[in-house]
Parts: sequence; structure tokens; C-alpha cells
Amino acid sequence: MSKEHVLKVENVTMQFGGVIAVDNMNLEVNKGEIVSLIGPNGAGKTTAFNVITGVYAPTNGAVYYKDKKIIQNFPQGRMKKLYRGENADEYTGQHVLAPTPDRITRLGIARTFQNIRLFKSQTVFENILIAKHMLRTSNIFTATFRLNAGEEQQMREESEKLLKIMDLEDVRDELSTSLPYGKQRHLEIARALATKPELLLLDEPAAGMNPQETLELTQFIGRIRDEFGLTIFMIEHHMDLVMEISDRIYVLDFGKPIAEGVPEEIRNNPKVIEAYLGGAQDE
Amino acid sequence: MSNKTKMAWNVGLIVALLATLFILEQILPSGSMFFTVLKKGAIYALVAVSMNLLNGFTGLFSLGQAGFMLLGAYAYAILTIPVESRGSVYQYFDGGIIQFTVPVPVALIAGGLLAAVFAFLIGLPVLRLKSDYLAIATLGFAEIIRAVFQWDKLGPITNGSNLLRNFPSFRSVLYPFVVSGICIALIVLLINSTYGRAFKAIRDDEIAAEAMGINLAHHKRLAFVISSFFAGVSGGLLAMYQTTIQASMFKSAMTYEILLIVVIGGIGSVTGSCISSFLFIACSEWWLRFLDNENLYIGGFHVPFLRPGFRKVVFAIVIMVMVLFYRQGIMGTKEFSIEGIRKFLKTRFGRKKAVEGGGSHE
Amino acid sequence: MEWITRNLPYLMAGVSVGGQYALIAIGYTMVYGILRLINFAHGDIFMVAGLIMVYAVTAMPIYIAIPLMILVTVFLGFMVERVAYKPLRSAPRMSIMISAIGVSYLLQNMALYVTGGLSQQYPTIPWISDTVTLFGATTKRVTLITPVLTIVLVVALVLLIKKTKIGMAMRAASRDFETSQLMGIKINSVISMTFIIGTFLAAVGSLLFFTNYTGVTPTAGAMPGLKAFVAAVFGGIGSIPGAVIGAFIIGICENIIKGLGWTTFSDAFTFALLIVILIAKPTGLFGEKVTDKV
Repeated sequence: MSKEHVLKVENVTMQFGGVIAVDNMNLEVNKGEIVSLIGPNGAGKTTAFNVITGVYAPTNGAVYYKDKKIIQNFPQGRMKKLYRGENADEYTGQHVLAPTPDRITRLGIARTFQNIRLFKSQTVFENILIAKHMLRTSNIFTATFRLNAGEEQQMREESEKLLKIMDLEDVRDELSTSLPYGKQRHLEIARALATKPELLLLDEPAAGMNPQETLELTQFIGRIRDEFGLTIFMIEHHMDLVMEISDRIYVLDFGKPIAEGVPEEIRNNPKVIEAYLGGAQDE
Repeated sequence: MSNKTKMAWNVGLIVALLATLFILEQILPSGSMFFTVLKKGAIYALVAVSMNLLNGFTGLFSLGQAGFMLLGAYAYAILTIPVESRGSVYQYFDGGIIQFTVPVPVALIAGGLLAAVFAFLIGLPVLRLKSDYLAIATLGFAEIIRAVFQWDKLGPITNGSNLLRNFPSFRSVLYPFVVSGICIALIVLLINSTYGRAFKAIRDDEIAAEAMGINLAHHKRLAFVISSFFAGVSGGLLAMYQTTIQASMFKSAMTYEILLIVVIGGIGSVTGSCISSFLFIACSEWWLRFLDNENLYIGGFHVPFLRPGFRKVVFAIVIMVMVLFYRQGIMGTKEFSIEGIRKFLKTRFGRKKAVEGGGSHE
Repeated sequence: MEWITRNLPYLMAGVSVGGQYALIAIGYTMVYGILRLINFAHGDIFMVAGLIMVYAVTAMPIYIAIPLMILVTVFLGFMVERVAYKPLRSAPRMSIMISAIGVSYLLQNMALYVTGGLSQQYPTIPWISDTVTLFGATTKRVTLITPVLTIVLVVALVLLIKKTKIGMAMRAASRDFETSQLMGIKINSVISMTFIIGTFLAAVGSLLFFTNYTGVTPTAGAMPGLKAFVAAVFGGIGSIPGAVIGAFIIGICENIIKGLGWTTFSDAFTFALLIVILIAKPTGLFGEKVTDKV
């Protein structure tokens, strides 16, 4: 294994009350890869994303980013009794790491949302500019008194550049929510890129797109990976897109990864077919 | 228009405004209602803008403004009452325990800082609450502050529930204009900075803002503390204007009034808040006064219903109509500017364009 | 024994005030449960009920005045919802809350106009205003009646909500506003009904409250209103038993504090309690947890 992993999810379990949404998940995403996470509805894909991005603290397990442990937890308090997952002893008593989503983003992990979340009263340009805020070195006084003019100028220039790359130049001053759906998805990705991430998490980037748009998106994702030197981890339902651009695929069912491999392997994996077709079998 | 010309226009406008006020002050009698409105309006403009920073720009529905004004007003008054008149002001508390004074500007800033410190402390727990819970918690804090300041045991400092008076006040209308103007200018600079953009992002979508690396707790607290600072300063100005203060003035009704000013001006518009506070004060103190006059005749006709208090009823109805039918307020989220007027004239007299209303949907 | 005679009045006053807060708090909690709106005008409607009574007794015998007062108050509550809240149903939550504040402002100013700003003497209502002696402590009979009446009304309300069709519709609406509409529930009549019940209880509450306090001023409703709201939050907003228990706790604590000689802080205490509960357990004693979906 000479590959350098950017993201490593280790024994992550997410339990809400008595329901296990993510069950002892292990996965790795290596530098420069495009990895997809697929699975039937309700398999826990978005929950997994929310754990990685700090929206939820996992019930148990750890997450590493570039070999550094960024998230860690074990069942505590009420969960101690309720916990039905595995590997609890491995983390018990260890230091709890539960950074908020903004900390995760500042580490270099940016994300998009399944149900687009743009800043609705802001223009396209402002949406991107806002994302530059986290890269500031100014404080509230220098910013108010305009002592950060150089930095502000730089933020604006970089945002303009990003607009150009993302084909959003022509709609620069339009209200973000007045864009057509496909463009809104582009903008959301552009906004995530504005935080200069190394790892980009895309939550169903092709949701609601027609085949033509999906095709364009496929090329687009490949392009930004190369152009920005990104590692991409995404959730997607459009199989054409997933099979086309993924280097590797993880399949999740009932919160548990049931298969992993290159697209060809996944396509022919009986377990995956069963999960999707819902052939209920007792084990 | 380039930024430089815009700047020149704005500076020119402000200078012209101040000059006009100065001249008017020389001509008109100083007791004129006109000046009362301008003075109080300027003070309310500041507190309304400070509230707008929170409610309109950061999306935090806070109702603690009266409490922070109280802090500012008391800090100002306590620090500026001349030592020689403390004996008579604090007559029940042996002249109080504070036996020094500071210059007026220092006291105003101290008032702001006191409010800011309280906001910081309160903000730690309270800002985690969601919309209406935050509103009710901040309202509660304002009430607690009011009760504490009326407490007898603190009398040597606060004079208990008695009036504070004899502190310096201003005579010229220019004073509140300049102070409020500087403060509002600072708020505008803040709103247009990268921090202001972060505030608006939080207002639009907290989850997305957080995902963009914006620390919610930190930024909310910043907005809260800054807003409270300026509310505190405006409290000090209000003390100067009224010449006497008492904790019982700063009731939640005061916060409601400020909120209504913000709403009428347009939530998310600084110039809207300013315009509407002058209108609000003018209506409530001046233009609708005639409604309180019981013996008003038009020709030979005795106008019915008129008696003290009717003005406020009419006023409240007008406000309800605004709230229900003109939810955008006077300015919506737009700002009044030279540029805006130029564009407006252009669209009016040039080609007619479809004007987009800033629709706000959930 | 001496300790009891000394402290019993405070405790009794606490239970009594608690009952009155409970009757107001139910209006807040039911409205919040369905509309997610803090009905800031509720306390003022309570005040208006007091004023109506003041003016009604000057024109008619008391046994007509009381039902009339209740009827007019209920109508007012109904109208406030129709005029000020219904048009804003799809507006952002902040707008409707501002509208509520506007209504509160309007009602207070109208009361100011009508009364001329003077405190109005609340009429003496026979029997319940009589003085009675209990364990050596003298009090008005209303102090003893309030908790009993409150509990009777609350039980009746709970039965209404549990057993009747409109009650079921209310529960459905408070659980999921949109879905209940899709299920054919006439949401507007459910909301109207909620306001009618809420204002009815507030009207009864005002009768009991002002009998004890005698003076009605235009701002007389603001503080009891806010406290009742705090009670509703304390008990877990949306929960009727929660609101009632919260109201009793607040009423009793407030009077104990008065008994200790800290009258200045009796109001502040309520809010301190509110803030503590919001921070420690934002859902209150009996509230349900809601989570945001990402």
C-alpha cells in the first residue's frame, strides 16, 4: 500500500436512539481518487457524510484526514446502555474529538448538500466570496476599517477566477436562487471550491438532472479533480455517472458497507445486485 | 460610477446635511418640534440600525435592545454626574459611592462597552437558542437587567429606582447627528466587509454557512456584542436627550417600538431604518399630535373621537397595516444611495425594465 | 404553627397566581404547538378582558356581564387570528411574530385611549371576592377557587383534545402542519378553535386575576402574559400539562421570593428561570425534541 490516504473512516457507528444509521463503517479515500458511495435510499449515506463533516458526532469510531485523527468518539452517557454497535471498547476512555463543521472545512474538507443550500439573498458572486471568508487573516477591526484592502482584493480576484472556470461568469450578478437547477449545483460546487479544499464531498451532485446535464456533470467533476488537484468522495444515485468516473466504489446497505471495489467489480457483485433489487433473504 | 465619485457624493451629502442643520438651528426657534424630532430620531436611528445588524443582517431575532440601552444610559449618567451634585441626586444613598467624573465621549463609549461586556456574557449561553427562543430569552435578560438596576442594594451606584439627573446633555441637534452618524457609518463599514458577508450568510442558511468554514458561535457573538455596543451608545445619547433617566423607562415596549421601526424601514436596510426612525418619531411626537386635541374643528364640524391617546391608536393601526400589507417595509433590503437614485431615474425615464422585487421566501 | 400562619398567605397566593398563569399559559402553548408562534398579543387580550368586565358591570348586572365579557374576549381572540395572523401563514416566522407584537402594541394603545391611562377599578364579584380565613390566614375566596377551577378546566380541555374530533385534528396539526392539511383537516377552523379555547381560558383567568389585584391598566397584561409564556416554555412548549405545572411552579416561586422580601426580583426570577431552562433543557419538562434535517 504505497497509496497515501486522504480520508480514512474507522469503525464509525452512528446510532440515533435505538436506530443504527451507520454501522461500523470502514473506508479509505486515497489522494487524487474519485470514490463513490452508493446504496439504496436510507442506507445511511448522507449520515456518513454528516459524520465526516462534523454535523453529527459519531456514536463510536474515528475519522482520519491525511493521517491525522480529526474525529473520535465512544458511547457515553445515555448511549452507553443503548449502544448496539461494535468496537466500542477500542475507543472508550480516549480523547473525544468532535469538531464543528466549520473546523472540518478549515482543515480542507469542503462539501455540497443534497438539497441545495445556497445563500439565497446573495448573488452568485457573493456566494463564492462568502466562502473566501474563512481564508481571511484580517480581524473584525482591520476588516471594518478597510486595513485589509489587499486581502479583500485578492479574495475578489480569486472569486472572479473561479467564476470563469466554473462557467458562471455570465450570471455573476444574478440572485443565486434565480439560476436554473443545474447552474445552482455548479455554483454550490464552485462555492465549496472557493474554500480551497483538498477533499471535496459531493452529496448527490446529479440529483434532479436530466441525462444531458448528468453527462456534462460527469465531465465537469473529472475536470475539476484534475484542475484543482482534488480528491473527491461523493454520494450518487445515477449509475452511469458513478460507473463512468469512479476509481472505486463503496456500497452501503442498512448502514453497513457490503462491497467495495472498482466499478467493474461492483457491477457484477451479487450482494450489490441483491441490495438494490431488494431480494430479502434470511442469513 | 467609480468608488471615488460615490465617496465624494456621499461625503458631500453629509456635509450639506450638517450645514443645513446648522443653518436651520440659527433660524428656527430652538424649542421647535422639528428639532425634537431630529434629535430623538437620530438617536433612534442608531439603535434601530444596531438592531437591524442583528435581526436583519445576521438573522438573530433578539429583543434585548432596551436592556442594552439601559446599560449605556446608566453608565453614561453615573460617570458624568458632576461630583458636586451627586449629593442631591443620590440623596437616599449619601451621594453614592462613585465620586469622579469622566469626559462625555469617554462616558458614551464606556456605556457602549458595558453593554458589550454584558452581551458577551449573555451571548455565551443564549446565542445557541433558535429564533423565537432567542427572542424571548433576550427579552427576559432585558427585564432582569431592569430589575437589577432598580434594586435598592445597588442604590449607591444606580440610585435604585430613583431618577438620575444633572448629567451633561446636548443642546445642538448636530451632536446626536454626528455621534449617531459616526456609529452608523461604522456599522455600514462592518456590514460591507467580509464579516458582514459572513453575517448575511448565517442569516440565509446557518448550515451552509458553517459548511463554508464560518464559525457560527464566534460570528453570532460578534454581531451580538457589536450590536449591543451601539445600543449602549444610543442609550447614552438618549440619556443626554432626556436629561433624566430611570430604569423603569426601558421596558420591553421600548424594544417593540425599535423593532417596529426596523420592520417599517425594511429588515436588512440601514437607510430604511434611518428613514423610518425619523418618520416614526415625527408621527408619534409631532405630526399626529393633532389627534390628541379634543377641541379640533374643521370648519364648524367638531371632529369626534379625538382625545389624548387617539394618536397612538391611529399610529398602531398604521403600523399594523404596514406589517400586514407592506411586509418589505419602506426599503425592503435595498439601500438608499445616489447610485440607486441614478438607476431609478434611468429606468423611469429610459427604457422600462421589469423591476425585481427582492422576494423573500422561506 | 406560627411559621405556617406567616408563610401560608404567600403559598396560597402562589398557588392562586399559578392557576391564573396556567389559564393564560395554555393559550400560548396551544398556539405555539400548532403555529410555532409566540402570540405576544395573548397577554394583552387578557388585559382587554379585564377592561371589558370593568365597563360591562357599569351597564348590566354581573350575571350577564361575565358571560358577555367571555364572549367578547373570545371573539376578539378569534378576530386577531383572522386579521393579523392568517394572512401571514406562508410568510417567514419572523413576520408573524412581528405582527403579534404589532397587535400587542395596538391593543395596549387602544386601552390607553379608552381608559385615558388611568387604572380602572375592577368590579367586586360577589362570593368569590369574599374574605375567608384558613389556618388563621385571611384571604379572598378566589385564592382558594382558582386552583380548583384551573384543574377542572384543564381536565375538561385534555378530555376535549383526547376524545373529540376537533381535538384529534388539533393534535394532528401540531404534529405536522402540512401533512394534516393534506389529510383533509380544515386547518383554518382548527387554528380558530385553538384561539377560541385559548382566549376563553385567558378570559376566565383575567376574571380570577383581576379580582385579586383590583386595578386594570393598559399594560396590566404584559407581565402576566410573559410569565405565562415562560411557564409554557418551562413545561415544554406544546404540552398542556407541562404549561400548567410550569405555571404553578412559577406562581409559587414568585410569591416565595416576595415573601422573602425580594419583591424587586420576583419578575427577574421568572426570566432567570426561563434562561436556565432554555439552556439546560430547551425542550422544557415535557417537550419533545425536534432536530433539523441537514
